[in-house]
Amino acid sequence: MNFELSKRQSLFRQMIREFADKEIKPIAAEIDENERFPLESVEKMAGLGIMGIPVPAKYGGAGGDNIMYSIAVEELSRVCGTTGVIVSAHTSLCVAPILEQGTEEQKIKYLPRLCSGEWVGAFGLTEPNAGTDASAQQTTAVEDGDDYILNGTKIFITNAGYAHVYIIFAMTDKSIGVKGISTFIVEKDTPGFTIGKKELKLGIRGSATCELIFENCRIPKKNLLGKVGGGFSIAMKTLDGGRIGIAAQALGIAQGAIDETIKYTKERKQFGKSISYFQNTQFQMADLYTKIEASRLLVRSAAFKKDSGVSYSCDAAMAKLFASECAMEVTTKAVQFHGGYGYTREYPVERMMRDAKITEIYEGTSEVQRMVIAAKMFK
Amino acid sequence: MKIVVCIKQVPDTTEIKINPLTGTLIRDGVPSIMNPDDKCGLEVALTLKDKYGAHVTVITMGPPQADDVLREALAMGADEAVLLTDRKFAGADTLATSNALASALRKMEWNLIVTGRQAIDGDTAQVGPQIAEHLDIPQISYAEEVSYDGDKTFKVKRQTEEGYQILEADSPLLVTVITSGNKPRYMSVKGIVEAVEKEVHTLGAADINADESKLGLKGSPTKVHKAFSKGVKSAGEQFEVEPEEAVGIIISKLKEKFII
Repeated sequence: MNFELSKRQSLFRQMIREFADKEIKPIAAEIDENERFPLESVEKMAGLGIMGIPVPAKYGGAGGDNIMYSIAVEELSRVCGTTGVIVSAHTSLCVAPILEQGTEEQKIKYLPRLCSGEWVGAFGLTEPNAGTDASAQQTTAVEDGDDYILNGTKIFITNAGYAHVYIIFAMTDKSIGVKGISTFIVEKDTPGFTIGKKELKLGIRGSATCELIFENCRIPKKNLLGKVGGGFSIAMKTLDGGRIGIAAQALGIAQGAIDETIKYTKERKQFGKSISYFQNTQFQMADLYTKIEASRLLVRSAAFKKDSGVSYSCDAAMAKLFASECAMEVTTKAVQFHGGYGYTREYPVERMMRDAKITEIYEGTSEVQRMVIAAKMFK
Repeated sequence: MKIVVCIKQVPDTTEIKINPLTGTLIRDGVPSIMNPDDKCGLEVALTLKDKYGAHVTVITMGPPQADDVLREALAMGADEAVLLTDRKFAGADTLATSNALASALRKMEWNLIVTGRQAIDGDTAQVGPQIAEHLDIPQISYAEEVSYDGDKTFKVKRQTEEGYQILEADSPLLVTVITSGNKPRYMSVKGIVEAVEKEVHTLGAADINADESKLGLKGSPTKVHKAFSKGVKSAGEQFEVEPEEAVGIIISKLKEKFII
């Protein structure tokens, strides 16, 4: 048992931390304010290999591991939750299923361009009537010669509009329920595929969240990911990995908020001394700091298990459940410690609090995580 | 073209504290970093490599932990790394350090040697120029930019107190680099993955045929008598006003203190 990062993991943390502080932090407030997708950040990250961290070099990836990937999302989210989720959705929800489920031809076609950042990736599972109950898919895919014809609507799709490659789930056989769901790789600009309305959100406002509309959209059979009817299993496996990313995002947001609060409470003087001297501050902050470190251990443990090739589904659910609820608690208290200033946009903690909320909702709500954990406990 | 870049691992002085009783640096818990001028020197070498093709070797003298900055340099894009480490090098001043580095450099092939101007822990700016003297090669200090004609001539833009000089020199040449000329690149993820797998060549005093009387504490004519920190002064007052108004404020302050 060893809790230390390896040499490459610690060198990587040094790099991503410096990169986040110098390149991402300065624009975090602006992209939030303007709800602007930071294309320039994607380009910079792509240049350094951040868009393909856990992908083998033979597919154009950096040849890193999932602990490095979770550190990347954590450190980016520490200064900007939006940037964290752009990388997380791209890597966990698009790159990973192609790497893990794709044919050699699909890997060679898509992975190098996704890892180089030439293409950004996205994932479309959620529908207006299929959220937590992902099995209630209404989008259909009907076989027609060498193609499938897709019809339906996906909602709340991260990176939509900016992504080139979409992992899309659709019913190929409604009569057999979840066993009738299949997965398709859909490229931007495919006739019949359009981007619908963009959501206006509480947090992660720089991230693009849109509707996807499929109207008689013809997808060649070679773009079927995995087996016909294997879609639900791919969706669940993909979300297991995605939860490591979102847990890391929540962890980063919480770390960013506590860092800001340590700084602020040392500087802020009331009753003649820094508020950091008050036991109320110290005791509350000590509890939060401990919870953040517990989140980190859960995230790293889940990532370690994924790298080791053992089952990590329950670990990822626990990491995401704990880290996201921790992020919400830490950021809410961070605003409270900042008082009136914390409620203004002069300080970053209000943005962090808004960004934290989504981590309890997407890629499986906290309730879904409890279902996953309980299912393992009581099986 | 072969380039050797000399780098140093230094304590991050932005996070350093001084023991008020002894006046010495508190090094415990202070992170070590690649000296900023040296990092810009490495960037100069890597830019030349990108443009003209080159084999870039980094070398450092230090304890075994200095391996960290060599790995960082490899992850940024250096091709090879050399660590000079030996108890016999310990306690070296600038002269003994430059002696050791020059001895190692004599055993290597290079057209250009790049060093940083100075290290943030010692601030002497002596080691680069001393290496050039030991090797009896021309040197250009305070360089911001270096370009290459593809054959043997380097053109160097160097900063002076008055402005800039553009100088040309043929290889072999040593340049010392300042931080204002470039922004060092980040390590790449792939670079990091590969850097930890690479071999760092470790050399001791015996490997570089150095005169041992000129190494380490024995070979160091500089002796430190006393180290102390300057007294803390108050932050002072700041005024952001037009020059005309500023003149009035300065005069009244000087009068207040009976200076004029």
